[in-house]
Amino acid sequence: MKVDLGWIDYMIMIIYFLFVLGIGWFLRKFMKNANAFLEAGRSMPAWVAGLAFISTNLGALEVMGMTGSGMKYGMLTTHFYWIGAIPAMIFLALFMMPFYYGSKARSVPEFLKLRYDEKTRGLNAILFAVMTVLASGISMYALAILMENVLGWDFNLSLWISALIVLGYTYLGGLSSAIYNEVLQFFIIVIGLLPLVFLSLKDIGGWVGLKAHLAPIALSKGFAADTFTTTWKYSGQATSNPLGVEWFGILFGLGFVLSFGYWCTNFLIVQRAFAAESKEAARKVPLIGALPKMFIPFLIIVPGIIALALFNDPSKGFTLPLDVAGKPIYDYTIIMLLKQYLPTGVLGLGITALLASFMSGMAGNVSAFNTVWTYDIYQSYIRPGTGDEEADGKHYLKVGRIATVAGILLSIASAYIASKFGNIMDFLQTIFSMINAPLFAVIFLGMFWKRTTGHAAFTGLLLGFLMALLHHGLTIPAGATTLFKGGWIAVLHTYPVEMAQNFWTAIIAFTVSTVFTVGLSLVTRKIKSDAELKGLVYSLTPHELDAKGLAWYERPVGLAILVSVVAVILTVMFW
Amino acid sequence: MVDIRIPIGLMFTVVGIIISVFGFFTMSNTEMYHKSLGVNVNIIMGLLMLIFGLVMLYFAWRKKK
Repeated sequence: MKVDLGWIDYMIMIIYFLFVLGIGWFLRKFMKNANAFLEAGRSMPAWVAGLAFISTNLGALEVMGMTGSGMKYGMLTTHFYWIGAIPAMIFLALFMMPFYYGSKARSVPEFLKLRYDEKTRGLNAILFAVMTVLASGISMYALAILMENVLGWDFNLSLWISALIVLGYTYLGGLSSAIYNEVLQFFIIVIGLLPLVFLSLKDIGGWVGLKAHLAPIALSKGFAADTFTTTWKYSGQATSNPLGVEWFGILFGLGFVLSFGYWCTNFLIVQRAFAAESKEAARKVPLIGALPKMFIPFLIIVPGIIALALFNDPSKGFTLPLDVAGKPIYDYTIIMLLKQYLPTGVLGLGITALLASFMSGMAGNVSAFNTVWTYDIYQSYIRPGTGDEEADGKHYLKVGRIATVAGILLSIASAYIASKFGNIMDFLQTIFSMINAPLFAVIFLGMFWKRTTGHAAFTGLLLGFLMALLHHGLTIPAGATTLFKGGWIAVLHTYPVEMAQNFWTAIIAFTVSTVFTVGLSLVTRKIKSDAELKGLVYSLTPHELDAKGLAWYERPVGLAILVSVVAVILTVMFW
Repeated sequence: MVDIRIPIGLMFTVVGIIISVFGFFTMSNTEMYHKSLGVNVNIIMGLLMLIFGLVMLYFAWRKKK
């Protein structure tokens, strides 16, 4: 399974490392206070923040996971993009960003504080901080183990080197450095994986050849011949597609609850838009990110689908490592494809692309973690500002830098825990991700219904989370072998696949949270006055749907229409 | 602060030159390019990166002027 890299491959990696660190080094002199370090001084042009927005999301787990999912579910995986991301990104840009950015909140938890109260902020800040550290630890572990098994790199060495490089540039240049590097990393990921797409497609005989290869595979699994190359066609019933979810689950569970929960409330992502230079720019950030986002499936999902065809054609010599149960480990799909097609030279570029994706995700986690820690935990509960802005700015800069180091060390620790107790870490991550759906319910109601109260929001958040937990404890995906996958209280329902269980967990969390937040808002006293809520709630804020005097493509609404049209065309093309 | 197109442009230009030169000198190595279905991907990707890098640098330079 091992592959040997040549000197030129290492040379490309080293040049890349020098550039990312160089960007951090260059930006260090601009880091004069906490505002510059943690918020990038709110000075980023829309296109820079927009590419960073999408690059943060394109972490190692996304690249490895989506290629693996392409192999498992075929073209249905694009649901995570065209329906599971684009509508939420448009909604965030047009309807939510004016309140997020306009409120001057420095983080999502801080928005909760401004809109609701301290306890709602506290709950969210703490859960978020734990979740980010877990997530970056898990992705660090996943990458290091991959590099060890395929490239023969020492696990500890690649873990520490990649973590220290991320530490280097985020410590030096803060959020600005993370964002600048994410733009660089975005281009490297795209260009590094591009030859793979063309070579694998060429090998399999183009799209037509791919379809021909996949037909017998689909039939043998009891699906229609073109299941793996279509998206909505077989979503009438959960059992007629490999995803195991029917159209309602896809539309409501993935397209609404999960995706709005992730894209509209996850500070890790939204922070990039917060760093934009103006409200107008902030609104354009998710839309500029959405344009490349729609085409990323061709870069990472299509090679995964091709891998399914290759895997079933022994003459191609494509293999994947197997787990103890004899099933292929899907996470290895991308790197095994790189190994299959790329000769030394571009191979180094492809490996660099994987490292870049890892770093963009990790830097995103770290820069969100240090901001939430500094502003929402340290400044709120440990040492409030003294009123002397200059001294405070310097003090919180120091705290932010310490939090950056601490965040990386905690991530490394959690990577080691993941290497020993992988199941527990996956379980914890599942648990913590359950917070997203209720959080979206609470922020959405807060922005669009002025009656929503702090007590109701706090309770809604907590109950939504607990109900999600309960649902997870009472259901299992078919064939689950450990209690970490669910059913740890009792088994009341069995889902055909884990994906379906995740969708329904989110749907239930969102519904419970909405019902309780609305219900309790009606019976609790409204503490914040209308004047205090100005700029935070839709009905109390002067509206400005679109900028005037700009070309259509420079306006948020114009861009949103462009994004929607392209998304619809893609959906119809691959229906 | 600093134009991000400058480091991006520089990096792609440098790596583009290295990969395309490497591709040029390995042109006759059919064994090496057997993997990539006989295509010399190093020359193609190297030149592509070089062009991309120069375009980035051009836009950064144009803005500065």
